Amino acid sequence: MESAAREARTKPIASDVVGRARRLYRYRELLLNLVRREIRGRYRASALGFLWSMLTPILYLVVFYVVFNIFLRGGIPYFPVFLLSGLLPWTLFASALSAGTSSVVGNAPLLKKVFFPREVLPLASIGAALFHFVLQMGVLIGFLLIFRYEFVDRHLLLVPVALFVELLLLAGLTLMLSAITVYLRDVQHFLELALLAWFWLTPIIYPIVLVFEKLSVRGMFGLYLLNPMTPIVLTFQRAFYGRVPPLLDVSFSWYLEKLAYVGLAGIVLVFLGQMVFVRLEGNFAEEI
Amino acid sequence: MGTAVELVGVSKRFKLYHERYHTLKERLIFFKRSLSYEEFWALDDVSFDISQGSTFGLIGANGSGKTTLLKIIAGILRPTSGEVGVNGRIAALLELGAGFHPDLTGRENIYLNASVLGLGKKEVDKKLDSIVDFAELGAFIDNPVRNYSSGMYVRLGFAVAVHLDPDILLVDEVLAVGDEAFQEKCLARIREFQREGRTIILVTHAVDQVREMCDHAVFLDHGRMAGEGDPSEVVRGYRNRLSTTPTGEKVSVIGNVDIPAVRLLGPDGAVSETFHPGESMVVEADLDAHERIEDPVFSVNIHDSAGRHVFGTNTHLRHMKSSLDPGPSRLRITFPVLAMKEGRFRLTVGVHSRDGLTIFATTDAAGRFEMRSDSGEPGSLYMPCNFTVEQVAETRRGVVDGG
Repeated sequence: MESAAREARTKPIASDVVGRARRLYRYRELLLNLVRREIRGRYRASALGFLWSMLTPILYLVVFYVVFNIFLRGGIPYFPVFLLSGLLPWTLFASALSAGTSSVVGNAPLLKKVFFPREVLPLASIGAALFHFVLQMGVLIGFLLIFRYEFVDRHLLLVPVALFVELLLLAGLTLMLSAITVYLRDVQHFLELALLAWFWLTPIIYPIVLVFEKLSVRGMFGLYLLNPMTPIVLTFQRAFYGRVPPLLDVSFSWYLEKLAYVGLAGIVLVFLGQMVFVRLEGNFAEEI
Repeated sequence: MGTAVELVGVSKRFKLYHERYHTLKERLIFFKRSLSYEEFWALDDVSFDISQGSTFGLIGANGSGKTTLLKIIAGILRPTSGEVGVNGRIAALLELGAGFHPDLTGRENIYLNASVLGLGKKEVDKKLDSIVDFAELGAFIDNPVRNYSSGMYVRLGFAVAVHLDPDILLVDEVLAVGDEAFQEKCLARIREFQREGRTIILVTHAVDQVREMCDHAVFLDHGRMAGEGDPSEVVRGYRNRLSTTPTGEKVSVIGNVDIPAVRLLGPDGAVSETFHPGESMVVEADLDAHERIEDPVFSVNIHDSAGRHVFGTNTHLRHMKSSLDPGPSRLRITFPVLAMKEGRFRLTVGVHSRDGLTIFATTDAAGRFEMRSDSGEPGSLYMPCNFTVEQVAETRRGVVDGG
């Protein structure tokens, strides 16, 4: 037998990030299958399947067009585009985080009976949320193309960066929260409230300019920007909505710089989350 | 040969909380109480090696830590102290079909389950047909698993596990489920694994299986190792520890009589495995006593496939006396009429002392036979029975009727 397959089952390989990543790679097929399972399980026995996931942004577009261009004229121009370009990355964040947090607790039967790298579970939740995000972004982009809304400029290059940074944040947070939830079920409920507050603290349905006007006088705008989701949402808005007035008049490198900070925070979170996860995972099977 | 599994001083402590407070509020309110728990050592300093290619039996009473140990080997639980080394890929049949998702089809679940064991899609593609074949699912393979019967569920689970080329197969009591034909098939497959030189770890209450199949065994008693080595020796130790008379006295098992063979003979005197109700059966057991045994009692017991005790008797209950000289002897038990109608049965023969406290020999699963009935009679027993009708002279019936 190859000795590479030898695994010591005793000592948690906590600090061994590379080793764990390599093991995760060996189980990539499981990760994909779990993502698939989550996607199919969600729309099981429904005729439209994951078309449902695309209907949400379409509905948003129609409803907000009616409300803000006919009933409440004079607000932000092209409000549906503004809203969706910020809302979609937020939905990815919120849905991945809440699904990921309960992913370990929700898979108790699997955990108790089979061995596999446990971190696959929260990561699969992120994967499923990412799938829906891609579909919904497809709807938005399709809409923009059909109505010849001009959005193509170099800020689009920031989108993959913002998405990557968001995924880092998600990986760190879901690893940490999913493990803690096993011991403290409150986390799921607390998270619901936290996400609600977080949503309103992120410039998704109101433009960042308003916040800047109010807060920069008191020198507190920097504080507002500490919310790691703000640079991500702003980047998506800049790339797809693209109009400076309701957004900040800042340079390309301003976005890049802010994203770099969030990315750094994301890397720290991944390490922290991994540490917490490895510490706690040994007793998952008995604590659930 | 190398080691497949290596356990060094493995201990596992469970915390038994008197009450679990899982929420923050309760933790705050009942802060002290939430910490009250008892410790329970499910495993206490267990060490042994399992060499590659061996079939290893793990026996012990309920709650002796067998399943915990298996879960630690499989990597599901982490030991509190001690070290576990595993060489090769493990497939664990702890509870079959554990990784199934009810809304996915059987086929999708095969891929899911395979990837849980770390197997890629291409490898599964190659084996898919034989998995479906083995599980006897036919067209059901494309139905969601939630529509499966429990038997189908179990069959699919076993089929997946044995087809995934594990280096080490952990089997926990699962052979007890499924119908008999499938059990046979599973056992045949496990024997095939043995021939292929894979390592098998078998946890079971059916100690004869351990004696038949394993080349090494460990006996766990309350989390401690109470015996290790040759399966027959270990099983004997287990029996010794376990057996008590109905009044609670301890029974010791001494293997100073061997029963190398038990034959079931039909009415024509030939060895048979199938009998019909009302036929006769002769049980012939070869005995080989190592020493002279004064006043032995010979016993025979019949169990059905559900483990129910259908019949049992011995020479003590039938007021017979005998003796057993050293060397080979032959025990014959004659049943002039078999009363069972249909089903599979297991016949065991034993030799013990008159007080029942010493067992010289038992067979565990030597005599299996099947009863088949060709008649359309209902009921579960065949009983010799005669009908007669005769005319009775008519006597003043009218008087009685008229009151």
